Amino acid sequence: MGLSTTILLTIALAPLVGCVLAGFLGKFLGRAGSHKVTILGVAISCALSFYVLYQLTLGGAVEYNQNLYTWFQVGPFNASVGFMVDRLTAMMLVVVSFVSLLVHLYTIGYMSDDPGYKRFFAYISLFTFSMFMLVMSNNFMQLFFGWEAVGLVSYLLIGFWYKRPTAIFANLKAFLVNRVGDFGFLLGIAGVLYFLGTLDYATAFGAAPGLVGKTLQITANTHWDAATVICICLFIGAMGKSAQVPLHVWLPDSMEGPTPISALIHAATMVTAGIFMVARMSPLFELSQSALSFVMVIGATTALFTGLIGIVQNDIKRVIAYSTLSQLGYMTVALGVSAYSGAVYHLMTHAFFKALLFLGAGSVIIAMHHEQDMRYMGGLRKYMPITWITMWIGSLALCGVPFFSGFYSKDAIIEAVGESHRWGSHYAYFCVMAGALVTSLYTFRQMYLTFHGKERFTVVHGSHGHHDDHAVVHHSAHADAAEPSAHDAPHDDHHGSHEPGVLEHAPKESPWVVTLPLILLAIPSLLIGFFTVGPMLFGNWFGKAIHVEEGDNVLAELGREFHGSFSMALHGFSLIGPFGLVLLAFIIQTYIYLFNPAMAGKIKSALKPLWTVLDRKYWVDNIYFAIFARGGVALGRGFWKVGEQGAIDGAMVNGSVSVIHRIAATARRLQSGYLYHYAFAMILGLILLMGGYWIVDSGFAGPGMAGQ
Amino acid sequence: MITLSHYIVLGAVLFCIAVAGMFINRKNVIVLLMSIELMLLAVNMNFVAFSRFLGDVSGQVFVFFILTVAAAEAAIGLAILVLLFRNRSTINIADIDSMKG
Repeated sequence: MGLSTTILLTIALAPLVGCVLAGFLGKFLGRAGSHKVTILGVAISCALSFYVLYQLTLGGAVEYNQNLYTWFQVGPFNASVGFMVDRLTAMMLVVVSFVSLLVHLYTIGYMSDDPGYKRFFAYISLFTFSMFMLVMSNNFMQLFFGWEAVGLVSYLLIGFWYKRPTAIFANLKAFLVNRVGDFGFLLGIAGVLYFLGTLDYATAFGAAPGLVGKTLQITANTHWDAATVICICLFIGAMGKSAQVPLHVWLPDSMEGPTPISALIHAATMVTAGIFMVARMSPLFELSQSALSFVMVIGATTALFTGLIGIVQNDIKRVIAYSTLSQLGYMTVALGVSAYSGAVYHLMTHAFFKALLFLGAGSVIIAMHHEQDMRYMGGLRKYMPITWITMWIGSLALCGVPFFSGFYSKDAIIEAVGESHRWGSHYAYFCVMAGALVTSLYTFRQMYLTFHGKERFTVVHGSHGHHDDHAVVHHSAHADAAEPSAHDAPHDDHHGSHEPGVLEHAPKESPWVVTLPLILLAIPSLLIGFFTVGPMLFGNWFGKAIHVEEGDNVLAELGREFHGSFSMALHGFSLIGPFGLVLLAFIIQTYIYLFNPAMAGKIKSALKPLWTVLDRKYWVDNIYFAIFARGGVALGRGFWKVGEQGAIDGAMVNGSVSVIHRIAATARRLQSGYLYHYAFAMILGLILLMGGYWIVDSGFAGPGMAGQ
Repeated sequence: MITLSHYIVLGAVLFCIAVAGMFINRKNVIVLLMSIELMLLAVNMNFVAFSRFLGDVSGQVFVFFILTVAAAEAAIGLAILVLLFRNRSTINIADIDSMKG
């Protein structure tokens, strides 16, 4: 039994319909109408995605792979729109639509007073559509379309508050950094077309073994292995989208966007597109050990070093952003050791708990009246118990405490890296182990600073009690970019409407549209790992969707030691291993932030150089700014001075003018204005004309003339 | 014996005197007009000479036309000259150079 084309089309198009209705007809639908149509669209997709997953897993449906429409045809190359839905796609569909649905719901509360309410719903529905096109694609062309479309929506949403200069800076940065990655991605796709002659997944992967031994010759003496070149190019695309070092710089800045999209796009779904893509391309990547080593080293570097930055951040969203970078690094490492299932599995669990953390942070931000600096929080647990508990669940899942979903995926990745014998795996193993400690350090620090300890804010009961809805601060205030503090504090989100740490009302729990998604995300964060780890990681659940060479199948080796998820969790409590590091971090942070708050400052000043390096983010931003931004400006200025002003304006436009001017100046001297000069010219002309005529005539009929 | 050549040479000499009068004269527009008249007369001389030599009367008829036109032209030329003098208070050719580029 196959999947129905109608169902798949409905999944993809329902959010698009919602987007068009909310985006173009929002004026007639109104605010409530806009969120109703978009939520309905995504809800339909979500329900059908679950149905598709059910069909593929238990219903015995075979995977779907069909072209639906020919986009264009150039010679033998046929660009078509089609769907390929196997279990990998179905899992992505469920994750994307589920998180998207909850984020839609959450947005009702978070954005309720924003003037761009309808626009926001149109954008996130468009994002959902684009993401579906990306994951359901059956060829590279459509993948690239979805890839660029999600990038576009990400750009639009980071700059959602388009009057804030920092937001515009951030969205431009995200867009430009992604272009660098996309350039590599496009080259990779071109390589696939060049060597394999097709962009259709099934055909290309079928022909992929033919790549072995082929080389790409750029100059006379370079013979690069074709598979390696293609895979590294494709992976550069993934590095841009999934924010791997050195293209990671855009993700922390993307926190300028509203929190719901930080959860949906910059944590749960879009940034994992790179991971999904590499997993989908596993038949290609398996052909090149060098490319996989490259993937692993990049991922390991990202996992450890971006996590370290997270420890020194004070902005609650930025801590989670760096945590996202670090977790994406984990997924990439898993790809690099051929544990594709592990990567995709971590992608899934991470989507749930990271969306939960972001939405929880958003809930905190609402309660704190758009204060994001954790130094002005503390002790919030008694004001907002639901947010507190759900965020603890998310945090423990992030740290990888046994029985939580994050444990199963993360522990499997660490073990898989340990099993691998690929070049660079020792470095990667060190990074992921140290990363486990770092993850716990920043997570516990964040939780303690936010929810525990003393309250570091003061509540001033303002004289104007017109806020009937405390839960949501008026966003219209920060749509107004004229506020001075939005400029002087680009990292923090102060909005200048109040002194930092001074609130007009006591924080309180957010409304149900905000807390319901938190609860619904906490459930999978807690439980999904326990129930799915067996089949998805070790049970070959993905089937043919993921291809691993026999000798590199580290997950299969791990699977031989796997005796059910309960014993895996019990085994995970061993102190020699990641859990020991989590415990160590827990003890350190509990001591520092709960019992000895002065200690944090002492450590900071003791490790001042290290702290500076981390606070400055290894100066990567500064280096990029100095080289690429300033270099770009200098290059542009050079072209402007030399090319535009020199060659085009100087030589061509003004040059031709001055040449004509000079010729005219010479010719003008003939025009003396004296009548006799003109008359002389006429006579002379007449004489020359007649003389010329006579010479020509006598040349032809000389004897005749001479006879007269 | 006076042959056709003599008449033609006379015409050419008259024409050259007229041209020289045009170019050498730098002072006076009236001399210019007179030179033009002389030029026309040179042409007339050729016409008459050829007419007589070829035995065709039409050449002499044309001479009458030319003389008529020359008279009209002289009248118009002098009228322009009068106006010129009224406006510029000079008939010095060297001063009349408003067409200078």
